[in-house]
Amino acid sequence: MRDQRLWTWHVMAGLVILVFLGLHMTIMHLDAIVGIFNPADPHPIAWANVVARARMGFFTVSYIVLLGAALFHGLYGLRNILFELGPGRGVKSVLNVALTVGGVGLFVFGAWAAWAAGVLARTL
Amino acid sequence: MTAPDNVTFRIRRYDPASQQPPAWEDVTIPYTHGMTVLDGLRVIKETRSATLAWRSSCRMGVCGSCGMFINGHPRLACNTQITELGTSLVTVAPLPNFDIIRDLVPDLRPMFDAHAALMPHIIRTDVEEMHEPTGEYFQTPHELEQFLQFTYCIKCGCCMAACPTVATDPAYSGPMPLAQSHRYNADSRDGGFGARKKVLATEKGPWKCHYAGECSQACPKGVDPARAIQLMKRQLVFDYLKLYKQPCPSKVTQKPTEVRRRPDVPEAPAATI
Amino acid sequence: MLDNMGHPNRLGVWGWLGGGKWGLERYLYTLHRLTGLGLLLYFLLHIFVTSARAFGSEAWAASMGRVSGGVFVLGEFMVFAAFAFHAANGVRLVLVELGWAIGRPIEPVYPYRTSVHEQRPLALGIMVVAGLLVLAGGLDFFILH
Repeated sequence: MRDQRLWTWHVMAGLVILVFLGLHMTIMHLDAIVGIFNPADPHPIAWANVVARARMGFFTVSYIVLLGAALFHGLYGLRNILFELGPGRGVKSVLNVALTVGGVGLFVFGAWAAWAAGVLARTL
Repeated sequence: MTAPDNVTFRIRRYDPASQQPPAWEDVTIPYTHGMTVLDGLRVIKETRSATLAWRSSCRMGVCGSCGMFINGHPRLACNTQITELGTSLVTVAPLPNFDIIRDLVPDLRPMFDAHAALMPHIIRTDVEEMHEPTGEYFQTPHELEQFLQFTYCIKCGCCMAACPTVATDPAYSGPMPLAQSHRYNADSRDGGFGARKKVLATEKGPWKCHYAGECSQACPKGVDPARAIQLMKRQLVFDYLKLYKQPCPSKVTQKPTEVRRRPDVPEAPAATI
Repeated sequence: MLDNMGHPNRLGVWGWLGGGKWGLERYLYTLHRLTGLGLLLYFLLHIFVTSARAFGSEAWAASMGRVSGGVFVLGEFMVFAAFAFHAANGVRLVLVELGWAIGRPIEPVYPYRTSVHEQRPLALGIMVVAGLLVLAGGLDFFILH
């Protein structure tokens, strides 16, 4: 039951990443060609731009959604590659736990950072 | 390629009794017109190396026994003309991804075990009708088309040898068992999707297939197991998202009773059995 | 008796790479794995590098300072290229693996036209799209900045 569920979510997470990471890449790396969401400075990673984006609730939410989707998609992909190397049952259980704990931990940290950046930006 | 005068067979030999690892052996034999790889192996066994072992049966591409790794591709030895290889050096090895029993004989049991685990047979609730049929199960030509392609499988194992996932993962079922499971899921006479789903939803399902497409390119019968596996994934994903409604298995139809024979059509002869 | 006789014969990870005699889709599969691993590795580091913005402008400047410079610019471009390929090929995989781009089951008549041939135009189109994205990224990274 589990692999059917996980794979379906993997595909759906991929589609979510396509939209949000596509937007992120366009903002950060196609700024000279397309130039969106960089209101305060020509350089996308200038502090003024970071603050301007962090003030928008849309970015805080979309960063958290992208974080969750990308962590799930990437760690499931890594799990697939590692499981296909034919490890024993015990190693598979350990990997499942490690990837889940690692993924959740990174998500909690990254989501906190996105939220905290939003709070900080609104005080500036 | 123009026909060569001689052909060199580079054969992977392995004798389990000798305790030596597999090793290559070169044998050069004269080429005869229309020689297939299987023909060449026969000549070698008859004239040079009587201990050479392989599986073959029909010698015409329908039994699936003679799957081998020929010049870097899994092929049927009986179906492979020497001239189609484009070289006079023919490298013959046992199918990869299966343990070698001896010389060119692979151990296909894991493939057949995986096949049996995915219930490759019609599953219906009307057991009495299946054992004592009173009519036939109705199926339109369109319904037949949905799975006919996958029925041509001869279980030769070439797809399993080509698959990159089978190359590393012993737990993966492989293209043949999965394609054959889909052959029955797609058959309108079958009602076993619910039973097969329980197995297919686990790691025995199609989830480790990433569409490298090599199984379909290696298949000597055009079965296209890759297509079957992707159609199966679609069915399973839509089922998980509650978007798939399994159709009822075909009903039994009786011969029509209220018909009159046309005057120009003669009566059938009496049954003899 | 048979149980003791099998000599192992799996291709192993070499079977993922294919050895030069296989179809386009085999290479796309291998490249999809490599770019996925590369993106994952970058992403895990990226979470920590960009979390500095929660701590103010000095922390942000320090974090960005650590990842600026020639090698990092090239590395970031490679990440962008990996994303372009992985995303474009991912779109192809969604269409193929959910059964939309592979054609219907047919009666196999030799020479067999398999689903691999049916989706080949899509695969080529996707590579063109990925190539254009990489070019656009290269323009932005190296010429317009």
